Amino acid sequence: MTTTSDTRNDLRTPPRTQQRGVVGAVSNYVDERTSISGFIKLMARKVFPDHWSFMLGEVALWCFVIILLSGTFLTFFFQASMAEVEYDGSYVPLKGLEMSAAMASTLDISFDVRGGLLMRQIHHWAALLFIATIMLHMARVFFTGAFRKPRELNWVIGFLLWILAMGEGFTGYSLPDDLLSGNGLRIIDGLIKGIPVVGTWTSYLLFGGEFPGTQIIGRLYTLHILLLPAVIVALIGLHMVFLIVHKHTQFAGPGKTNDNVVGYPILPVYGAKMAGTFFLVFGVIVAIAGLFTINPIWNYGPYDPSPVSAGTQPDWYIGFADGALRLVPPGWEFVLFDTYTVSMNILAPIIAITLWIVAVMFYPFIEGWITGDKREHHLADRPRNVPTRTALGAAGIVYYGAMFVAASSDLIATHFQMSMENVIWALQFVFIVGPFIAYFITKRICIALQKKDREMALHGYESGRIVRLPGGEFVEVHQPLDEYERWRLVSFNDYKPLMIRPNARGQISPFERVRAVLSRWFFEDRIAPVTRGELEASHGAHGHREGANEPDLHQSELATAGQGVGAPPHTKP
Amino acid sequence: MPSPQRMPSSRRPSRRRGRRSPLATVVLLALGLVFTGSSYALFTATSAGDAATAASQESIDHGQKLFAANCATCHGMNLEGTEAGPTLLGVGAASVDFQVGTGRMPLANTGPQAPEKPVMFTEEDIQAMADYVASVSPGPGIPEEEYLQTTGDATRGAELFRINCAMCHNVAGAGGALTQGKYAPALHGTSPKHIYEAMTTGPQNMPVFNDANLTPEDKRDIITALKYQEEAPSPGGYELGSLGPVAEGLFAWVFGLGAIVALTVWITARSN
Repeated sequence: MTTTSDTRNDLRTPPRTQQRGVVGAVSNYVDERTSISGFIKLMARKVFPDHWSFMLGEVALWCFVIILLSGTFLTFFFQASMAEVEYDGSYVPLKGLEMSAAMASTLDISFDVRGGLLMRQIHHWAALLFIATIMLHMARVFFTGAFRKPRELNWVIGFLLWILAMGEGFTGYSLPDDLLSGNGLRIIDGLIKGIPVVGTWTSYLLFGGEFPGTQIIGRLYTLHILLLPAVIVALIGLHMVFLIVHKHTQFAGPGKTNDNVVGYPILPVYGAKMAGTFFLVFGVIVAIAGLFTINPIWNYGPYDPSPVSAGTQPDWYIGFADGALRLVPPGWEFVLFDTYTVSMNILAPIIAITLWIVAVMFYPFIEGWITGDKREHHLADRPRNVPTRTALGAAGIVYYGAMFVAASSDLIATHFQMSMENVIWALQFVFIVGPFIAYFITKRICIALQKKDREMALHGYESGRIVRLPGGEFVEVHQPLDEYERWRLVSFNDYKPLMIRPNARGQISPFERVRAVLSRWFFEDRIAPVTRGELEASHGAHGHREGANEPDLHQSELATAGQGVGAPPHTKP
Repeated sequence: MPSPQRMPSSRRPSRRRGRRSPLATVVLLALGLVFTGSSYALFTATSAGDAATAASQESIDHGQKLFAANCATCHGMNLEGTEAGPTLLGVGAASVDFQVGTGRMPLANTGPQAPEKPVMFTEEDIQAMADYVASVSPGPGIPEEEYLQTTGDATRGAELFRINCAMCHNVAGAGGALTQGKYAPALHGTSPKHIYEAMTTGPQNMPVFNDANLTPEDKRDIITALKYQEEAPSPGGYELGSLGPVAEGLFAWVFGLGAIVALTVWITARSN
């Protein structure tokens, strides 16, 4: 507040206002009425760390802005109605055909509204990229542990945004009422009807009668342009507020600690970078939309419940649900009490998907409980330094990936000349066994990388120079790392499995036992970070050996090699 | 083949009263057979099929030699079929023209389905084999030119295609998978004649769409719609194989997200 009043006094002095010209005068006018300078000062000095993967969330935000802009244009011309009309636009092969007003107006946007097709394609391509960047952003946050305290709630908000984005995507995909999207809605209808007891009623409620009815497009439109975007905008706002409150995570490095943020301030650097990112993302999307067809509804024709096209798939982000349905072996449905069919072919995929999604949502809390870690973390983990989490993430990706790939089983079969049954069997195997294989392989890779890091921190990297010693022995000269490199390799937290401790009444609950078992599993295989003592010991030994064994080395090389000995301790407390 | 026009003239004598020739029964029987036979021929033979019946004996003989040398191993010397291949009795000239004319026959090796290959025979040779097969037993003939024009009703054709064909061939004719390694091929680049013949003969796993199911005019409309889709420029830019959301998603991930990640790396790169 003191800074604000200072500024005010400064600005009141006439000569200074004169010097600042029109911009200064306008800023002053605004500031005197809004006191916004304090906020701007705070925001302009916010510092963001620099790493390409930290930009992904921002790219998702810009995709959303592009979707909002292009979507607004589309609402000017789209009619969300299932009223039957005769198409009379300029696309000849559909002329005179009966179709819904939604389909006809989408065709008009594509062929008769200037720039309409480009806008449609921008909207759709941006939607595909929106969810792709969201998921890549989620993967980045997951694998760097950026969801840990204090950011667990922000992870949940991000998760909700992902689910809502998929909802937006699906409702939008269904709006044109073409053959492809109608088939997609029919699958959703089948999924809903497969839910025991309430399924049929829910379906009738949703569609306003038997599928397809005459209501669904209007209802989806309301969700698509009103409710879902409003919730998404609100949650994005909350996501940003949390980002500012928590500050951004950063990777460990010299001077980058758990208590500071090292990077560039918003003004002038990051503001420019953000604006640049927006224009670049816009450029990429417009370039793609201008050159590549997406969702050519004129090929698909109006929806009619009888035809189903080969190669009917949802957009990629719903692919995992479609794939889960395809992975179910035949004959899983059974009849209860002679009258009641239990559609396990629908319920099993729903359960498989729900379990995965719930695990994603609650992962920060699950990991926090297992590790018992209540500390605040502002340093991003290198994925290798938490092998179990990284391995779990890899397993989750394979689980999701098997479902996702299964959605294109027919195209894999035709394009790689395989039998569709074999493709499905292979994917069923990947779905069930793949996550375990991915878990073990990833964990081993992480531990091996940690061992390599430890080796490098202690003994330097292999220089590739082989020296023959007087005694006939060959040794490879190891070049010590510089301080900055070493800092990156040794600064991570060491964890140990939780000990079982009795509570206040001296009892050990079964709950605690489970937790201890899980904690042991989480941390049992680990490589301890290099301690300062180990570093000093190793460098002492090196200096001694190198000095003693390499009398013939060139003077400058000796000087380089000797740095390790004379240098001050490398790890700072 | 006797035509129904002859019937009224031969029916008159049998109606006379009081005179019953001993040949009356025979004539009546013959009449009945002629009537049944000719009406059967009228209803089953495709109207397009009659055009190609006038084959020269020379061509048939040439076709027989080619057949014996190239096809008889599997289909039998007398078209009766063997364990390796089905009988060709009744398949007609259209089937031969389609199978050999698209290179599917002769088969290179057994598999779930005969794939399209480079054509092994000249136009004349294919015609000769078709003539030979048609001469042994009648079947659907090579379609008439008027049904192969792309001047039909594309709107109607596209609708018929969506209802009858799209579940296997994809709504844009991009092809699709069937069970056990079989597939419905992509239709781009297939000639109108071969499309028509495929509909009348139902090659491989395809069902037969006879003239009662899809009239020759319907078939012409379907051909018109397919050719329109193939030849009209894509309004939205490059079509990514018309494969639908899978191709679009793959493109978004590889090129869209690839470009975006490259840009973020560039934006956050330190200036030298």
